[in-house]
Amino acid sequence: MKIRDIPKEARKDYLKKVFFGSNDRRGVIMTFVVYLLLITIAFIYLYPVLYMFSRSLMDKKDLLDASAKWIPSTITVSNYTSAIATMDYWNSLLKNLAIALSSTICQVFVCSWVGYGFARYNFPGKFLWMGILILSFLLPPQTTAVPNFLLFNNDIPLFFKNVLGMDMTIIDGTIKPFVITAILGQGLKSCLCILIFYNFHRQVPQSLIEASEIDGAGHIKAYFQIAVPLSMAAIVVVTLFSFVWYWNEVDIVRTYLGSSNTRNTGLTTLMLELNKFEDSYNAVYATHAQSTTSTNKLNDAIKMAGTMLSIAPLMVMYFFLQKQFVESVDKAGITGE
Amino acid sequence: MATKEIQQSKQEIATTPKKPNRREKIPHENRHRITKRKMREWMYGYIFLAPWIIGVMIFFVVSMFKSLYWSFYNVEVFNGVNTYPLAHWYDNYVSVFTLETDLPTTLGSFTISLILQLPIIIAFSLIIAMLLNSKIRCRSLFRMIFFLPVIIATGPVMSMLTAQGVGTVPMMSDGSLSSLLGGLPAFLSEPITELFNSLILILWNSGIQILIFLSGLQKVSTTMYEASKIDGANGWETFWKITLPIVKPIILLNSVYTVVALATSGDNEIIELIYAATYTTPWTKGYEYGMAFNWIYTAIIAVILVFVFLLLKEKSDKNVKYEKRLVRLR
Repeated sequence: MKIRDIPKEARKDYLKKVFFGSNDRRGVIMTFVVYLLLITIAFIYLYPVLYMFSRSLMDKKDLLDASAKWIPSTITVSNYTSAIATMDYWNSLLKNLAIALSSTICQVFVCSWVGYGFARYNFPGKFLWMGILILSFLLPPQTTAVPNFLLFNNDIPLFFKNVLGMDMTIIDGTIKPFVITAILGQGLKSCLCILIFYNFHRQVPQSLIEASEIDGAGHIKAYFQIAVPLSMAAIVVVTLFSFVWYWNEVDIVRTYLGSSNTRNTGLTTLMLELNKFEDSYNAVYATHAQSTTSTNKLNDAIKMAGTMLSIAPLMVMYFFLQKQFVESVDKAGITGE
Repeated sequence: MATKEIQQSKQEIATTPKKPNRREKIPHENRHRITKRKMREWMYGYIFLAPWIIGVMIFFVVSMFKSLYWSFYNVEVFNGVNTYPLAHWYDNYVSVFTLETDLPTTLGSFTISLILQLPIIIAFSLIIAMLLNSKIRCRSLFRMIFFLPVIIATGPVMSMLTAQGVGTVPMMSDGSLSSLLGGLPAFLSEPITELFNSLILILWNSGIQILIFLSGLQKVSTTMYEASKIDGANGWETFWKITLPIVKPIILLNSVYTVVALATSGDNEIIELIYAATYTTPWTKGYEYGMAFNWIYTAIIAVILVFVFLLLKEKSDKNVKYEKRLVRLR
C-alpha cells in the first residue's frame, strides 16, 4: 500500500501507526530499538570469544602493533602447536573427559532418582529432608570443605583399615572421589540438579504413573519406563550443566586429585593445566627460553591459544547440542510454580 | 489414590449411624490394605532418597557440625583431629577481626557491590529473557549466543580474560565516560565507573538467570496477553499488569540464586581471603581460624538473603487469608 493512495486526513494516523506501532504489531521505532539491544548484547557476549580467537592467531609483531587490533596480519598456527605441547593437550583432554563424563553420568542418574523420590512419594520426614536439601544449596561450599578434605584423607582410609582391614586410599589421582561424591548426590551443585528434577517430576501427571501401577508395573519399573522417558528435557539440561560445571571447576578438582598429583602420575583436567600454564610452558621450553630469551618467551597469543583449546570441547559440544538444549529449556521446569 | 480411599472410608465412618461400633464397621482386610499401601509408599520414598541421604549425612550434616564445633576450639591435625579448648570459647572469632585488619572495609565493599549488582543482573536478565521470548527474527541464533556465557563464564577462562582487560567495555575505557560523569561528586561517580568497568562481567554472570526467567515466561499462557490486547492494553501496561506479577516469584528465586552464586563463586575476594587463611603454610592461622572466618561470612550472607527474601516475598492477600479461614471454619 502506497502512501499516495491514503486520503490526506488518514495519512497522519497511518504514519503514526507505522512508527509507533499499534496494539497488534510493533512500530518501526520499537523494532529498531529491540534489534539494536539484541545485537549490542549479542556483541557483548561474543566479544571475549572473538577477541580470544583473533589474539590467538597473532604473532608477536601484531600483539605490539596497535593498528592490528582485530585482524592479524599473518595467521600464526605455531601458537596452537606450542600450546598443545605445553598442556600435553591430547593426553589431558582424554583424562579430563574421563573425569567429566563419569561424574556427569553418575550425577544425572542419581539426581533424577532422588528428585523423583522427592516429587512422587509422601513420607514422614520429607519436610526435614527438603529443608536440608535447600540448606545445602544455600551454605557456601567451603564451610564443609576442610572436614570433607580430612574425611577423604584420614577418616575413610582409617575406617577401612580398622574396621574392614583393607588398604584404601581415596585421593590417589583417580576418578574415585568424583564418582563417590556424585553417586551419593554430593557432586558439584547436585542440590540444584535435584531441585530441577524435583520440579520436573512434580509436573508429570500422577495419573500416568498410577495407570502403570494398575497395569502391574512396580514402583521402580514405573520410574524407569515412564518417569525417565518423560523427563528427557530435564535430563538434557542437567547433563549439559553438570558437564560444564565439572569441566570448569578448579579448586574442588585439585582437592580431589591430591596435591602431589601431576599429569604424568594421575588424572588431570585442562583447566588445571591452564592454571599452571606459565610454569609448564617454561618447563617445556626451558632450554629455548634460556638460550634465546627474546624469541621463545611466553606471550599473550600462546596463552589465548591455550584458553581457546581448553574450552574448544565445550564449544563443540554446545554447537551440536544447542538445538536440543534450547528446546529443553522451553520444556524443563527449572522454575517450578 | 490412597488419600481418596481414606477420605471415602472417613465419609463412611461419618455417615454410619452406630457410633460405638464404628471400628468394626470397616472390614478388617480393607483397613490392613490401606496401612500396608502407605507403608510401601514410605518405604519407596526412602529407597529413592537413600543415596542422597547417606551422602548428605556424611558429607554435609556431619561436616557442617564438625566445622562449627572446631571453630570454637584449637585444632591440630596429627594422626586424626585433636581439639584443645581455648581460653575463651569465642577466641577464634575475635582473632579473625584482629588479624584481618582490613576485613570491615573488604566486607563493606563486597556487600555494596553485591547490592549494586543484584538489581542490574535481575533487570538485565529479565529484559533479555523477554526479548528472547518475543517474536523476533533469528530467534534460535540469538538464543544460542545468549546462552554462551553458561558454557564459558566460569573458572580460569574468565580470570584469564579479565587479566587481558576484556572485562571492560571498550568504549568506556577511553575517557568518554569519565568526562560524562565529571559533574558528579566522587562518592557517586566512583561506584558508577566501577559498575561500567565490570559491566561485561555482570552480563556474563547472568546466563543462568536468563534461563530461569525464560522458562518462567514460557509458562505464561498466551490467552492472557490476547485478552489484555482485546481490552486495549498497550505493551507497557501489559508488562506491569500481567508479566511482572506472574514473574514476581521467579524474581525472588533468581535473586536468591544470584546472591548465592555471587557469594560462593571462587573469584570473590572474601573467599580468596578464606582460602588463603585456611590453606597457606606456615599454619599461623590454621583450620579453626579459617572456619571461624567462614561462619562469620556465612552469617553475613544469611542476613543478606533474609533481607532479599523479606523485600521480595509475596505479600499475603487479606482476602485469601479470610477465605482460607472460612474454609477451615466450615
